[in-house]
Formats: sequence, C-alpha cells, structure tokens
Amino acid sequence: MMSHEEIKSLILNYSPEAVCDESGPWLQVSIQSTDWLPLAEALRNHSQLQFDYLFCLTGVDWKTHLSVVYHLTSKVFGHTVVVKVKIDDRINPVVETVSNIWRTAELHEREAYDLFGIRFNSHPDLRRLFLTDEWVGWPLRKDYEDPINMIKL
Amino acid sequence: MDVKKTLDPFPGQVHQSPGGGILTGTLDDVINWARSNSLWPLVFGTSCCAIEMMSTASAKYDWSRFGFEVARATPRQADVIIIAGTIVNKMGPVLKRLYDQMPEPRYVIAMGACATSGGPFFYNTYSVVKGADHIIPVDVYIAGCPPRPEALLHALITLQAKVKSGAPREKISIPELPKPSAS
Repeated sequence: MMSHEEIKSLILNYSPEAVCDESGPWLQVSIQSTDWLPLAEALRNHSQLQFDYLFCLTGVDWKTHLSVVYHLTSKVFGHTVVVKVKIDDRINPVVETVSNIWRTAELHEREAYDLFGIRFNSHPDLRRLFLTDEWVGWPLRKDYEDPINMIKL
Repeated sequence: MDVKKTLDPFPGQVHQSPGGGILTGTLDDVINWARSNSLWPLVFGTSCCAIEMMSTASAKYDWSRFGFEVARATPRQADVIIIAGTIVNKMGPVLKRLYDQMPEPRYVIAMGACATSGGPFFYNTYSVVKGADHIIPVDVYIAGCPPRPEALLHALITLQAKVKSGAPREKISIPELPKPSAS
C-alpha cells in the first residue's frame, strides 16, 4: 500500500494544479473539471496506482458552484483516494464522463444528472433515473423550489 | 379501550338438545366475529416501520395470537394492508393498485408518522406523499416513529373492534357524483 505522499506526488505529476488535503483518513484531491479526464485515466491505468474500483460518486451543491466527488479504491493495492471535481458553471454544469473507465459510473452519473442537473459529456445514456422523464428542475439543488410540497425555510 | 372486551367469545347462544345443540345468533354478528378473528395482512413494508411489523409477527410479540398469522404475498388473498413506511409519489400508484386488488371487505392501517402524515424527517420534500390517506382510505392510524410492536398490536385489536362493531367500510355509502349535463 502506498503512502499518501507517494500517491500525492504521482497525482501532481499528472495535474500540477491539484490541491491535496491530508486531514482526513483518505487523501483528498481537489481539481477543476477540465483537468478531470486525464487524471481519471491516469488513476485507473498507472501501474502503481491502479484505482480499479469507483465505490462512491456524489454530487454536491455549494451554492456558488457544484462539485462531483469520486471515491476510488484499488483492489490490487488497497489504497483509497477521494477526488473532488469542481464545476464553476452552475447554469450549465458539464464534466467529462468516467463511465468508460469505471462502468459503475454509468448509473451513478445518471443519478447525479437526475438530482443535480450535472451533465456528463459522452455518457452513453444520460437520462432521468429516479424521477419521471418530464420532471422539471433538479431537486437536490439548494435553490430548488416546490411550492406545493415544500415549505420554504 | 378495553382489550378484554374485544376478545368476546362467539356471539351467539348454544341450546343443548338431545342429539346435538342448536346455535342461535345474528348472521351479521357471526360473520363480523369470524372476519375480525382472521384478518390476513398483506406483506407490504416500505421502510423502517416494516422492521417493527416483522418483529410484531415474530415469536416475541406474535400477532397470530389475535388471528393475523397468515401474511399474504398477494393482495388477492389479503384482508388488511398495514402501510408500514414512507409512501413516495412514485409508490402512490402501486399502493392504489394493491388496494384495488384486495377483495372486499378490506381494511387499512396507517403505521407510523410517514404513513399518517408524511413523516417527521421526510416531510419537507418534493417526493413524499403527506399521508397515505391521500391515496386510499385508512381505518386505523398509529402514531410513532416507528411505533412499538405493542402499538401495532393495539391498532390491530382496535381494527378488530371496528370490524366487530358491524360498521365495515362497505356499509359507508359513497354519494354518487352528479352526472355531467349533455349540453
């Protein structure tokens, strides 16, 4: 198993802009959405990293921007990393899909699209997942309004 | 309510005579007595209340003591549906269909805060129905989040008392809607 420092130095080789945070149990890497795809391929394919398992994909609404959080682990080495991808454009949030790298992302990205409206470029089947096709709006956004069912706090 | 009163013996009289007895009673009372002591619940649980419901069915609380032992996996054989959990908008049509498929007379128990009102923590949401009675009529409501098995047993016994009282749902008339005029 690699130490945080070793993973960090390898990641910084691929995306020097990345900001690393080692305060938690796992190494957290924050990057911009434009840097995500090359880093994702490196994390999956680098012989010393081999993050072959995406075990959690989360969307977050920070009010000023959106982000997608990827939890990756390697079943070969047992190390784990958290990648936080920042999307600045809240009106038209787009990030590259990783469903071709980790197949499980296909459903998780659909969920993030369904509830946060984050569009994943080149996703094979980006449709609503839980909500109906004709649904308007993105319910887990902080500014979502539903005057019939929800009380405005 | 007094639980002992609901555990009445057979509502009729047996007159002993040579060669056997003659049994007298009101047919309605006998039917209601039989119905109330054999209410088969539908296997239906949408969240944590279902865990309490399973606990009520299992050995420690054992609702079969009161005639609820045969939980059916099909609505066509069930008498009572215990709505054990949150009903979301997507579940609404499913619940309605299950209710429609149950043979009459059918009874509904809304178990817990979600089924009675939408719930304490899911209330302010786009997705949750604010009470199952928006979809189907409810006979007995249980408070709690989730209610304890004793509370569910109390609700079941209350339902039995309701059935025995002779006012099941089919006796409540639904006023006919005015027909739209031809013009």
